[in-house]
Amino acid sequence: MLRATLVFAAIAALLTFIADLEITTIEPWGELGRMVVGAVTPDFFATESLGAAIANTVAFAILGVALGNFAGFLLALIFHYRSVRAGCAFIRAVHELFWALIFLQIFGLSPLTGILALAIPYAGIFAKVYSEILEESDPAPLKSIPAGAGKISIFMFARLPDAWVHFKTYSLYRLECGLRSSAVLGFVGLPTIGFHLESAFSQGHYSEVAALLLLFYIIIATIRTWLRKRLVPLYILAALLVIPWGGGIDASHIVRFITEDIVPHPLRVADSFDAATWASFAAWLKTMVVDQALPGIVSTLVLTQIALVGAGALTLLFFPLVSPKFFGRFGRTAGHIFLVVARSTPEYIMALVFLLLWGPSMLPAIVALSLHNGAIIGHLIGRHTEFLKIRPDAPGGINLYAYDVLPRMYRQFLAFLFYRWEVIMRETAILGILGIATLGFYIDNAFADLRFDRAMFLIVITALLNLGIDALSRRIRKYLRLQTRTEEL
Amino acid sequence: MSLLNLDRKTVRYNGHSILSDISLRIEPGEKIALIGQSGAGKSTLLELLYEQTKANASLVPQELGLVRSLSVFHNIFMGRLDQHGTWYNLANLIKPFEAEVQKIKPIVERLGLSDKLFATVDQLSGGQQQRTAIGRALHKGSDIFFGDEPVSAVDERQAHTVMQCINEAHDTVILSMHDTNLAIGYTDRLIGLKGGELVLDTPSKGMKASDLDELYSH
Repeated sequence: MLRATLVFAAIAALLTFIADLEITTIEPWGELGRMVVGAVTPDFFATESLGAAIANTVAFAILGVALGNFAGFLLALIFHYRSVRAGCAFIRAVHELFWALIFLQIFGLSPLTGILALAIPYAGIFAKVYSEILEESDPAPLKSIPAGAGKISIFMFARLPDAWVHFKTYSLYRLECGLRSSAVLGFVGLPTIGFHLESAFSQGHYSEVAALLLLFYIIIATIRTWLRKRLVPLYILAALLVIPWGGGIDASHIVRFITEDIVPHPLRVADSFDAATWASFAAWLKTMVVDQALPGIVSTLVLTQIALVGAGALTLLFFPLVSPKFFGRFGRTAGHIFLVVARSTPEYIMALVFLLLWGPSMLPAIVALSLHNGAIIGHLIGRHTEFLKIRPDAPGGINLYAYDVLPRMYRQFLAFLFYRWEVIMRETAILGILGIATLGFYIDNAFADLRFDRAMFLIVITALLNLGIDALSRRIRKYLRLQTRTEEL
Repeated sequence: MSLLNLDRKTVRYNGHSILSDISLRIEPGEKIALIGQSGAGKSTLLELLYEQTKANASLVPQELGLVRSLSVFHNIFMGRLDQHGTWYNLANLIKPFEAEVQKIKPIVERLGLSDKLFATVDQLSGGQQQRTAIGRALHKGSDIFFGDEPVSAVDERQAHTVMQCINEAHDTVILSMHDTNLAIGYTDRLIGLKGGELVLDTPSKGMKASDLDELYSH
């Protein structure tokens, strides 16, 4: 495990030499003052639509996650089919924002765009996690069930009840993720808080930013109090009412997008599939691969690897903040608040803040990804330390950390980090939309130029890269014998 | 014709033989205890016998096979999951039918679980869980009962009641047990295993616990 750590750290260190980490703003900290002032003077009346923005954010999250949850559950039941497994892996390898960009072309700004953008990748994730939970559920009750009992009865009595508990925990966690995703969907034009954040950020209205984010944190932090099992149907109904329906769906758009727009240009305009057509298709493919896909892949990988190690380093720094082995009640509360803010702020928004401070380079993305993921894993590890039994005469402070706690948590830590690897890569690609030259940058440009064939090609490349990292991570975890329940991440 | 029949049966696992050369006949109506040290092969033999007659037998395995997040009522009801249609089962899962509750009440009363009828299994003590699993077998109402240490966690006073219940409700009873006094008291045939071999097969009548010391010596 130590060797794996060193190898990954060394790779990241080498990559920092080729990564673009320059701070390009003349006054890197100048904007910070205005941001801090804004943060302490939140203005809840800056925009009339503040309430609507929050309501929409929650409504999109609830509908998208509910639909994805339901579809994912059904898929989990047939997850033993290879094609289902592969399909789910693919749909979850494409980020929500990319799905949103695709559906924007098909449905325009209809709510369907937002709901499907969340529901589709989430269905893939739910299917995988639910099938794992079902697989791990205790097989013992099956043994003593009467031989003639029906399949559905057996499933409902002997398999589902124990899995259900885990399903609920996981759904709650996913809704939290869904709220973050929903917020970010605003950046591509849907009426969630991201929409208002984008304009507020670009105009420097930091008091408005603070108000929006503050309300957002409160909603996430109190999720356990307002999300009650009995109220779920009511919330779904309310969400359906809140969402601004309208914007008719044009069936011809859908057909044209699928049958024409995404077909590579040389093939679309060709009259016949002769040698000339194939030659121009080959040229198209070469341009796409050499000029866009390859540079995009390289910078996506560079950024991912540095951010992965950064997240790991920050985790080791963060987890004691919320561990009862190191801090008292008061200190831990402060630690919790810090970690809640760091993990509730979507990476996208965090990266945007650092981008405003330091100008466009890989640095804002690396810092944002490291902070966000470090806070998530740090929170989990910190919670795990609660169950550590430390001998009564153990040392305290740094000695306790280095000799007792860290060695025992290290396996768990690496397991979580490797699980997070693929998530970091998905986000890295997305941050390209902010102007950092990862794959998302090329995809966003292609969409902006209405070259949907290029966008689709690059999205598929991104998904494949993600599947590659996922497979590699699984191999490494297997090799290092790292195990953890996926439902926690 | 005998109910169960093993003829020179050997079971191997990873190259070790767990049971070697076992020949055994069991007639309907017999009450049998399999005794011997842990690791002697009792559980394997019990499972082997259960596999032969699965369709009309109930089983209380050592790990009990309870669904921890369901209530005692639902776990006991599961013994008759095959007797009702799917919709009936699902409706009863969401809201128990009064008729089913009335059927299960006498069972939990006998087993001393009345106050726990609607408690989920994960709130119960080890002994209470064991009695729930026995309740499931009683509710199933098969002719043959198989139990792998079915009363090991039940306290002594209740163990007697539970053993009586099992014997009254089933024609044939086959148990693996480590409590030799209970084994002698509630069965009529003792089968002793040592190192995977059948070393004792005797009527229980007239046996004393001390007569069995040989089985437990090294």
